[in-house]
Amino acid sequence: MKNDIVHLDVQDISLSFGGTQALLNVGLDVYQGEILAIIGPNGAGKTSTLNCISGFYRADRGDIFFEGQDITRTPTHKIAEFGIARTFQNIALYTGLSTLDNLMAARHVHMKSGMLGCMLYWGFAHRENIEHRHVVEEIIDFLEIEHIRKAVVGALPHGLRKRVELGRALALEPKLLLLDEPMTGMNLEEKEDMARFILDIHELQNTTIVLIEHDMGLVMDIADRISVLDFGRKIAEGTPEEIRDNPAVIQAYLGQEY
Amino acid sequence: MAIQRPAGEFDFSYAYDMATIRRRWQWVMLLLFLAGLYTLPLYASRSVVSLVNRIGISIIAVQGLNLLTGYTGQISIGQAAFMTAGGYISALLVNNLGWPFPAALPVAALGAGLVGLIFGLPSLRVKGFYLTMATLAAQFIIPWFTRQAFPEVLNGAQGLNVNVPVIFGIEFNEPGKYIYLTLTTLIITTVIAHNISRSRLGRAFVAIRDNDLAAELLGVNLFKYKLQAFFLAAVYAGVAGSLMAHHLRHINSETFNLVDSVLLLGMLVVGGLGTNLGAIVGAIVVEFIIEGATLSAPFFVELFPATAAGMIQALRPLFFGVTLMLFLIFEPRGLAHRWQLFKAAWRLRPFSH
Repeated sequence: MKNDIVHLDVQDISLSFGGTQALLNVGLDVYQGEILAIIGPNGAGKTSTLNCISGFYRADRGDIFFEGQDITRTPTHKIAEFGIARTFQNIALYTGLSTLDNLMAARHVHMKSGMLGCMLYWGFAHRENIEHRHVVEEIIDFLEIEHIRKAVVGALPHGLRKRVELGRALALEPKLLLLDEPMTGMNLEEKEDMARFILDIHELQNTTIVLIEHDMGLVMDIADRISVLDFGRKIAEGTPEEIRDNPAVIQAYLGQEY
Repeated sequence: MAIQRPAGEFDFSYAYDMATIRRRWQWVMLLLFLAGLYTLPLYASRSVVSLVNRIGISIIAVQGLNLLTGYTGQISIGQAAFMTAGGYISALLVNNLGWPFPAALPVAALGAGLVGLIFGLPSLRVKGFYLTMATLAAQFIIPWFTRQAFPEVLNGAQGLNVNVPVIFGIEFNEPGKYIYLTLTTLIITTVIAHNISRSRLGRAFVAIRDNDLAAELLGVNLFKYKLQAFFLAAVYAGVAGSLMAHHLRHINSETFNLVDSVLLLGMLVVGGLGTNLGAIVGAIVVEFIIEGATLSAPFFVELFPATAAGMIQALRPLFFGVTLMLFLIFEPRGLAHRWQLFKAAWRLRPFSH
């Protein structure tokens, strides 16, 4: 499962907003097929790191390589074509579309029909719709959201929306999945479901996963390795056991006195 | 709420699940409805046919606006300007170059589309209110252009007299004949709008409307698709403008003005943004209301004789304004949404959910 091929190589990226240094020389090596968790106190730069990887922010300094290719300055909409998909801390679904259409919309990079093809529809665009419907239905099946297939996602409860968002990221058939707090605001049962889905994705498709999560028990359980950020710097990295006993991490979370 | 199927109806394939017209009786109803429309000149009065003709042209313009504002979420109040562009191009092609109307119409549409592309360029940088202002610029620049530029061709503020379309020797010179051009074009534009909304392009449009950041991270090239939306909206406007110009047999810079742009947007709001049904229903309802204003003018003139002169001009915006306001308060999602609720309630009856 885990091996030594570096899938995503974040090389000393820095990012600042005006006078605020959000990230300072943060480097990450994410290995092919591992689950890497990024943890840290609020404002540590976890989401900023994901935003840099997914092309939403541009790092001021440093480079990001995915499968050996430099993606630091790739236009944002091209990142998805590399096979990088993500979910958002505050759910960012297409609220006016149904679950099904949200997932179909995420097939965008895999579909081919252009403007004229879509206008004429019959023939290629229709066949393509059906073809991709098969893929999407498998994801719907996998995430157990059949019952809300045609429900407009704006009206769904929080837990289900999180699940639909994971489904939308999966519809991209990602090689690298970036999950930004996939379990916030969930009860224990929903969290366990989500953890099960993440582990299943990881095992069935050998997808590399970078995960931001605040629930330490969960992170310790499912992550292969953990990176700890604090005030925009990486202060520790290692297996869950190493992180648990790391004095710098304990200090970051609990303060100097401890 | 999930879509309710009528009792006893099951999906046996994805194609059937996606189909728009699912049963034979629906085909029959549709064809009967179209037959009713096409035979309208045989049994309806000239004024009714003329009204239907005007509604048909409005629907086409609103359908285009729906692609841009309803689906892609880029609010535009420049739709009438692109109608002007389409009308002028078509008029010049038919009058000066002697093109047949069926060739001039699509070329005018493409020409208007290219003009729309230019005014869509700001959408890369600005959105929301500021983009609306940019589309407003089209509403000033294009009419100004038709008044000032090439006076020997465009004839300045007087505008152009437009030839009657002639196809296979038939002159479409009265509403009873012209309605066939309008209806046939309308069927084509409706089918295309529906096709766009259910395919990759339409989903990309809605993705931009609902969450442009997420859309970009999921591989939608925002600029490309916003421009495509502007292009398509202007193409539709070009078709509508061309049809209207040849119907009125005259076009000048004021034929389609800012009030028309606002009216088209209002039609879309009344019908329901982002639904194909809404574009059609909204145009029909608002055109009827405006017609109602015209018809009820004599009654109001009796009530307020002192203001008789400007009564129709005053009543139209008043009726439209009140309608729009009531819709924004009581049904901001438009008639199409109300229709969905009604269908769901009908299928679930006697249960409430």
